Amino acid sequence: MLRFLAGRAVGMAVTLVLVSVMVFAIMELPPGDYADRYAFRKYSGTGVTITEADVAAIRHTLGLDRPAPLRYLDWVGGIVLHGDFGKAYAFETSVNAIIGQKVWLTLGLLFVTLVLTYAVSIPIGIYAAVRRGTATDYGLTVLSYLGLALPNFLLALVLLYFANRWFGASVGGLFGQAYEKAPWSAAKLWDLVKHLWLPALVLAWSAMAYQIQTVRATMSDELGKLSVIAARARGLPEMRLLLKYPARLALNPVVSTIGFDVNRIFSELPIVAAVLGLTELGDLLLKSFLDLDMNVAGAILLLLTVVIVGMNFVSDLLLAWLDPRIRLGG
Amino acid sequence: MNDMSRLSEAGALPATPPATSPATPPETAAERRARARRERYYSAGQWRLVWWRFRRHRGALLAALLLGAMVLAGLFADVVAPCAPTERDRAYLAGPPQFPVFCDAKGCSLRPFVHGSRTERDPVTLRLRAVPDPEKRDPVIFFVPGPTVRLLGAIPLSVRLFGLESGAPLHLWGTDPLGRDVFSRTLHATRTSLSIGVLGVLISFTLALAIGGIAGYAGGLVDAAIQRVTEVVRVIPVIPLYMGLAAAMPKEWSSTQVYFAMTLILGLFGWPTLARRIRSQLLSIRGEDYVLAARLAGARPARIIAGHMLPSFTSFIIVDLVISFPYMILSETALSFVGLGLRPPAVSWGVMLQQAQSVQVIEQAPWLFIPAGFVVLAVLAFTLLGDGLRDAADPYGQNG
Repeated sequence: MLRFLAGRAVGMAVTLVLVSVMVFAIMELPPGDYADRYAFRKYSGTGVTITEADVAAIRHTLGLDRPAPLRYLDWVGGIVLHGDFGKAYAFETSVNAIIGQKVWLTLGLLFVTLVLTYAVSIPIGIYAAVRRGTATDYGLTVLSYLGLALPNFLLALVLLYFANRWFGASVGGLFGQAYEKAPWSAAKLWDLVKHLWLPALVLAWSAMAYQIQTVRATMSDELGKLSVIAARARGLPEMRLLLKYPARLALNPVVSTIGFDVNRIFSELPIVAAVLGLTELGDLLLKSFLDLDMNVAGAILLLLTVVIVGMNFVSDLLLAWLDPRIRLGG
Repeated sequence: MNDMSRLSEAGALPATPPATSPATPPETAAERRARARRERYYSAGQWRLVWWRFRRHRGALLAALLLGAMVLAGLFADVVAPCAPTERDRAYLAGPPQFPVFCDAKGCSLRPFVHGSRTERDPVTLRLRAVPDPEKRDPVIFFVPGPTVRLLGAIPLSVRLFGLESGAPLHLWGTDPLGRDVFSRTLHATRTSLSIGVLGVLISFTLALAIGGIAGYAGGLVDAAIQRVTEVVRVIPVIPLYMGLAAAMPKEWSSTQVYFAMTLILGLFGWPTLARRIRSQLLSIRGEDYVLAARLAGARPARIIAGHMLPSFTSFIIVDLVISFPYMILSETALSFVGLGLRPPAVSWGVMLQQAQSVQVIEQAPWLFIPAGFVVLAVLAFTLLGDGLRDAADPYGQNG
């Protein structure tokens, strides 16, 4: 068991190093660098003419004229040793200050979305498998096909439209107007909960569709197994029998794809955030890509990926805990 | 054999094997037909069997037809669309769809017609908008003259499939706030979006073949290293990654350059799933005798992979290719939707939907959402087609 965990942890570390290199490469990709944008922002419209030499001087003070590998080490070192993600250009402050509490907001949204995904898809998948071939099953299958085909941002627009019609105009965003800038309080938290269901539903949509199909497929396979027949012959009540044998095994593919689901949710986050007017990392990521504020964008991209890698690890742990074959075989 | 018994249950084959004792009476016409069918089945090649199984999958067949229609509409968009994609009709801004009808309040006509329009100021927003004018009738006719276009980039034609007799532009699905025809733009967008999908899939397929091929054939350390890199590409959220790469495109690039850059971006990171599939298939048949035989005969790795190993799972690769289309299309749509993808004057489904980002638009000009229907239909069709092909390609599939 320990060896299994250690192996996974080492693999995770290697992956993270490679990911950070890749994120750094993306940050370096756009034409021009931080010094160019800093100079432009500071002096444009002030009447001061700046020359290439001025920009070069800024570049030198910021240490941006050193070779890329050194700057990469600087960047990673800052993050690992001091938790410092560098400077944001558009807001003229540190990346940490901008990202700050949005990280927790994003993680909260992720958590609610995941809980919603599994709370809906696992029971429905099991139900569809037990009722295989009935009208309910076909209906659910069609619905999950739609779940895969309807892009999240369109779903968001449609839901927003109906929500506006039925509940009035206060549905978009994460907070009501009164709480947007207010300090944290119980009332603000309650306000957040009231606003959270819509983005969580939209983000969970396609993950739900996938997991319903996965659970249904595994469950259908497991229902024909001898263990189920034997249990039925022993006279076990149907409900207990379902939960004890096939459902337990049907959980495996779900657990092993948690990281994949998180990836999917984060992937859709920036687009959905743009439509729903969410104020968390996805929205900030999109904005900073549009502004070419690569320090902020890189930090967010790295953070999201770290969460995904972390969730992959959690999913390995859960899987080992759930399934002795993996625990003992690994 | 299992597969065959399923086929006979499904009615594709008669249940009993042929009885060939000399004492049997001469076979009847029905028996002869049955025997002929059986012989056709046993002597059919692999691809014919796949086609027969696929044919029974109604949904997939329908999906294939739908995609075929979309491809045709895209290819011949220049002639089918009554307007050019960037042409502005200043007399019909944000105008509602003009459905050709046969009857109106004033009675019926044998020729379909649309009502003319006049411009009016909206009482609420005070914007100019087009409203139908029931006084004017304008018949819809086929083959109206239009500015010369080059069909498929080669054949010069100065005719449109249909249009209005009066020569005024016909707006089947209405116009956007700039007065551009939604129907015409949707057809042109279909061409762009599908072609990006095709090019993206081709690029990622080539990469997947190379990367998965090397990993699966070499095994060992090379495989471990490639697996690690694959893991990295898989773990970074796709759309943010694409966004990062798309954001790096210089702002002064032309829309053609952006188009090709987009296909490259989509293609460059779409390979991991397919590469993994190819790798695992190759690993599982690496030890087969015929591979060893080819190696002993002195064939080089590229030849062994391409000529001897890949053909054993071509059908699975095709299925995976079809299934990967929706990702390409959805990614392109999403990126263009938020303004990081294609740029005007290029027109794709995502670019068109950029105008429909708010709830107000759904209320005031719902026809701007028509491209969304195309996205959903295309993705559904590719998914259904992929499912049908998978069932057809799998000889042990439940649907026989």
